[in-house]
Amino acid sequence: MRALTWHGTHDVRVDTVPDPEIVNPRDAIIKVTSTAICGSDLHLYDGVIPGMSAGDILGHEFMGEVVEIGAKSPLRKGQRVVVPFTISCGGCFFCEKQQYSACDNSNPVANQDASEALYGAPMSALFGYSHLTGGYPGGQAEYVRVPFSDIGPVVVPDGLDDEKVLFLSDILPTGWMAAENAQIEEGDTVAVWGCGPVGLFSIQSALLMGAHRVIGIDRYPNRLALARKLGAEVIDYRQTSVHEALKEMTGGIGPDAVIDAVGMEAHGFAIDQALDAFKQKVGIGFDSGHALRQAILACRKGGRVSMPGVYGGILDKFPIGALMEKGLQVRGGQTHVQRYTKDLLRRIQEDEIDTTFLISHRLPLEEAAAGYANFKDNQNDWTKVVLRPGD
Amino acid sequence: MKLKSNQKVAVAALGAATLATAAVALTYATGRRNYGPPDSAPGRTAAGRRRFGEYAVVGRTVTINKPRSELYAFWRDFGNLPKVMDNVKDVRLLDGERAVWTISAPAGRSVAVETEIVEDRTDEYISWRSTGNSDIDTEGRIAFRDAPPGRGTCVEAVIAYKPPAGELGRLIAKFFQREPSIQVRRDLKRFKMLMETGEVATSSNRRDHA
Repeated sequence: MRALTWHGTHDVRVDTVPDPEIVNPRDAIIKVTSTAICGSDLHLYDGVIPGMSAGDILGHEFMGEVVEIGAKSPLRKGQRVVVPFTISCGGCFFCEKQQYSACDNSNPVANQDASEALYGAPMSALFGYSHLTGGYPGGQAEYVRVPFSDIGPVVVPDGLDDEKVLFLSDILPTGWMAAENAQIEEGDTVAVWGCGPVGLFSIQSALLMGAHRVIGIDRYPNRLALARKLGAEVIDYRQTSVHEALKEMTGGIGPDAVIDAVGMEAHGFAIDQALDAFKQKVGIGFDSGHALRQAILACRKGGRVSMPGVYGGILDKFPIGALMEKGLQVRGGQTHVQRYTKDLLRRIQEDEIDTTFLISHRLPLEEAAAGYANFKDNQNDWTKVVLRPGD
Repeated sequence: MKLKSNQKVAVAALGAATLATAAVALTYATGRRNYGPPDSAPGRTAAGRRRFGEYAVVGRTVTINKPRSELYAFWRDFGNLPKVMDNVKDVRLLDGERAVWTISAPAGRSVAVETEIVEDRTDEYISWRSTGNSDIDTEGRIAFRDAPPGRGTCVEAVIAYKPPAGELGRLIAKFFQREPSIQVRRDLKRFKMLMETGEVATSSNRRDHA
């Protein structure tokens, strides 16, 4: 089959690789009809996530048709499914608590050692990502082997286009959980750093959850325009002092909740940012945390910090004093996708949520490498790329 | 069978679930001074300690979301163990008490260990030790305790071994001492996967590599 494979920093190619097979009884094989490039794929593209190997198949936002099933899969051939990016067994302590992205059993044992040493506990598995999270072949391919197919895949009702439901795989529930982690109360102002796909879905979710105001922060006019269209006010950090503006826009108090939808490759013009970028460049595994630092400083006393943005290593110059002295609460983590898919699918069916507005480009799988380059370099215009392996 | 003093120390280390025994094992095995009143941790977690007399001891605990009886039943049939123990190629049962284990060793070799069951309490613990017909002098114990209510079972495996002399011994020592705790940890995690999910996770796309 054809698949988008990783070969090094800024080097991804569409190669011919062996087709997947059913390996374990609960597996299914999916023929991919739509798959997207995620902002977190850019962290792989930029080489800032450890544990990648040449030839790894990327992609963790995908959907398609069931073409083969293992002996214990409840799926049927021909069903259309969306597949969560988190691989979860459904039977461990964490899955039973609906903390699916903390699943104990999806990451193969040999792959658990690194994250156990790095984080103090092993990570669960994700599709198409680092070997720290299992090294499972991903969805930017013609076919994917889906383990635990009785737990993850969401069967799509007839009459719903791929593009309406594809983002149930990751960014829609990720934006939703980010807003949920902000624990929004009546009258709240929520500030969102980053108006990429997760930031935009966080804005949409926060408004649906009853936020009084949402303020989106970015530098790209097109992304800020999309945020505005959803009902947010916006701050362009190239022309405005973010901290001062947030204070003034909230009556001198600061936002009640802040959402960092940027993560480890933050941009900005501050000194901390320049140092972080330098350390990443020389490869000493430090995360760039300008957005998170700014968010913590801006947040009101007793407020909430929600972190959907991805971090993988160590952050220094962390404003631990502000966190403690202001009494902030921090929540983050990989999304517990399976917890949200049913409810979000209903909201899509009832036209309460539209996800198609952010798709800017549709490409055949063969042009995936160009999709990566543009998604990285032309962020203003390339807000979301959907690949279609069938085209 | 009369135990030599080294073996007594190792046996004491295996019984490390009780604090007093572990502390005694530590003190007698190393002659190090005690730094204060004993704490509540298992003896094998003593900082920097891997050896008790001539025995190396490794151990690990995992929590498995299944009742004790189910986990005990799987383990009591040693023939099941190659499904979860990566370096155990085969376990042949001689009778209800004795079994011959074929274990992979470095450089494509394998070693044979004949074990006999020393203690066996249904749904609680099983301990075994090697007999004279073995390439390695080893003892092991697996214990099943209830986790807090609703959380399944805490499974603790502890292995003590004394590598034999000679070239093979050197290889075996190297093999075991490289990352012995990782081996036990991985085996227990595979056990957990098989019990909780019915399969052992693999990211391989193809059956021939799984």
